[in-house]
Amino acid sequence: MEKTLIQNDILIDLKHITKSFGSHMVLDDFSLYIRKNEFVTLLGPSGCGKTTTLRIIAGFETPDTGEVFFEGKNINSLPPEKREINTVFQKYSLFTHMTIAENIAFGLKIRKKPKAYIEEKIKYALELVGLTGFEDRCPETLSGGQQQRIAIARAIVNEPKILLLDEPLGALDLKLRQSMQLELMRLKNELGITFVYVTHDQEEALTMSDTIVIMNQGYIQQIGTPEDIYNEPENAFVADFIGDVNMLDGKVISKSAVEMLGTSFPCTDEGFEAGTKVDVVIRPEDIVLTNPGEGTIDGLVEEVIFKGVHYQMKVRCRGYAFFVCSTVCREAGSKAGLQIDPFNIRLMPKPQSDDERAVHEE
Amino acid sequence: MNRASQKRTLLAFPYIFWIIAFTLIPVLILFWYAFTDAEGAFTLKYLAAVFQKVHLKSLWMSVRLSFVCTVLCLLIAYPLSLCMRSLKISRKWMLTTIVIIPMWMNFVLRIMSWQLILSKNGILNRLFSMLSLPPQNLANSGAAIVIGMVYDFLPFMLLPIYNSVMDVEEDVLEAARDLGAGTLTVIFKILVPLNRPGIISGITMVFVPALTTFAISDMLGGGKVMLIGNIIEQEFLNTMNTHLGSGLSLILMVFILIGMLFSFRLERDQEEYKAKSTAEKEKELC
Repeated sequence: MEKTLIQNDILIDLKHITKSFGSHMVLDDFSLYIRKNEFVTLLGPSGCGKTTTLRIIAGFETPDTGEVFFEGKNINSLPPEKREINTVFQKYSLFTHMTIAENIAFGLKIRKKPKAYIEEKIKYALELVGLTGFEDRCPETLSGGQQQRIAIARAIVNEPKILLLDEPLGALDLKLRQSMQLELMRLKNELGITFVYVTHDQEEALTMSDTIVIMNQGYIQQIGTPEDIYNEPENAFVADFIGDVNMLDGKVISKSAVEMLGTSFPCTDEGFEAGTKVDVVIRPEDIVLTNPGEGTIDGLVEEVIFKGVHYQMKVRCRGYAFFVCSTVCREAGSKAGLQIDPFNIRLMPKPQSDDERAVHEE
Repeated sequence: MNRASQKRTLLAFPYIFWIIAFTLIPVLILFWYAFTDAEGAFTLKYLAAVFQKVHLKSLWMSVRLSFVCTVLCLLIAYPLSLCMRSLKISRKWMLTTIVIIPMWMNFVLRIMSWQLILSKNGILNRLFSMLSLPPQNLANSGAAIVIGMVYDFLPFMLLPIYNSVMDVEEDVLEAARDLGAGTLTVIFKILVPLNRPGIISGITMVFVPALTTFAISDMLGGGKVMLIGNIIEQEFLNTMNTHLGSGLSLILMVFILIGMLFSFRLERDQEEYKAKSTAEKEKELC
C-alpha cells in the first residue's frame, strides 16, 4: 500500500540516523517518519535496534550522525525533559516513595499546573486505566498489570504528542497481556495521540498496530500495515519473523511457474526472469491436503499435533518437511497430496549484498 | 525444642557470651557507679553533675561540633556518591577504596598528620603564604577538631549513602526526566527521598562517634577545647573519679539513644506507611 506523504502530517522524522555503542553498530543510516495519530510498532528480535530508536526519539540517546525532527524542528540537542514526548518503561519505573496520586501528578507539578487541574487529571487518568480509588496506595502494593497501567496514566496526564512504549507488556502473563493490548488500543483511540510501541512479539504487533516497522540488525526490513506484512512479506526475514512459514529454494521456470523439490508449481508472482534462483515462501495455512496423487506433490504425514482450532502437521516431500495447518486431520504415517493455490506461493529474490544477507542471520 | 533450633542456640552462644561479657556487664557496672557514691550509697549527684557549668559547656561544644561534622560529612558524601554513580566505576572496587584503604594507616597516625598540616608553621600555612593569603590559626581549635572528625568519619557517611545511591535504578531517573524533571528536581524529588534510609544511617553512624570522641579532640584541640568525651576521659584516668565519669557517660548515652530513636522513628514511619497500603490492598481482595 502506497502512503501519500503529507508534509505537515509528519510528527517525528528520523533522518539517516547512525548510532553505535563501542564497536557495535546498532543503527545504520536509519530513516523513518511517524505520522500523527499513528500506532506504529517497531518489531524485531532483541538487539535489532528498536529500543535504541525509541530512546533516540525520547532523547535518552543522541545519534552519532543524522537528525531527529519533531514537527519539522530539529530536536537533536533537546534533552528528554524538554520534549513533548512521554515514555512507558518496560519495568514500570514508578516512584516507590510516592503514592499513586503523587506519581501521576509528578509531571503536572513540574509544569506548575493549578491544584484543581491536577486533581481532576488524576481522577480522569485513573478512570481511564480502570483504577479509580487507588490514589493513596503505594506502588509496591499493586500487581504488575496495575503498576503498568499507573505508568501509562502517569505518562498520558501530561498530554504528550507521542507516547513511547518500550515492551510495556513484556513482564505480564498471557491473559493480562491480551487484555492490556485491547486496553491500549482503546486508550489510543480515546486520546488520539501517536503511539510508538516496541516489541519482539509479532502477535502483539499484528493485533495493535496501524503500521509495523520490522527491524533487524539496525536496518528496516519492511514497513507496512499488519496485513501487508503478513500477506506480502518483502523478504525472507520478514516472512520468517511474522508467523510460521515454509521456506524453500526454487528456480523460476516461466512467468507462471516455479520449480522446487524437482516439481513445477504454478504461481502468479511476476517480475523474475526464467532461470532466476529465488526463495519460495508458503504459509502453513495455505497448503491444502488432498488424497495421494490428487495434489501437485505427494508426501508422507510424519507428525500430527492437535492445536485446538486446527491440526498442525509435518508432511515430508522429497526430503523437505512441510509445515501444514489444517482443520482436517490426516493420520500420521499416511500418504497425502499437497495442493497450493498459485497466488499463495510467494517468490523472493535471494539476498545479494552484505546488508541484505544480515537479514538471514537471525 | 527441635534439633534445628537447638543447633541455632548453640551457634548463637559465642555471640551471646560476647554481648554479656563485653557490653551488658560493663553497662551494668557503669550504672552501678553512676548511681552510687564512694561509700556505696545511692545518689543522683553524679547524674546531676552534668548541670555544672563546665560540663554543660563541654556537652554543648560536643553537640555543636558533631553537628557541624555530620552536616559537613553529608554535604561531602552525597554529591560525591552522585558523582561516583555517574562515573560508573565498579561498585566493588569503589567500596574497597572507601572502606579498606583508609584502614591501612593507623588512626593515631592519621590524626597526627593533621596536627602537622594545621600547626602554626605547618603545610597549610606555608601554602597560604605562598599564595599570599593571611596565615590561619587553626591548630588547637574547634575547627581543627571538626576537620579531624570529618576526615576520620567520612567513610561511615559515604558507605551507606553510596550504597543507597547505587541501588536506585537508572530507569526510575529516566522516567523522572521523561516527565519533565531537570537535574535538580531529579536529585531532590527522586534521589534524596529514595536514599533517605541511607542518609539516616549515615547521619547516625557519624553523629554518634563524633559526639563521644576524645582522641581526636585531645590531639587536635591541644587541651584547649574540652569536649564531653575529654571530660569523661579525665574523670576516669586523671582524677580517678569513676562515679562522676560513669554519671556523665550515662547522660551521654541518653543523648545517643534519643538520636537513634529519632532516626528509627523516621525509618519506621516509612515502613508503617507501606504496611498500611498493603493492608488496604488485602482488605480489598477479600
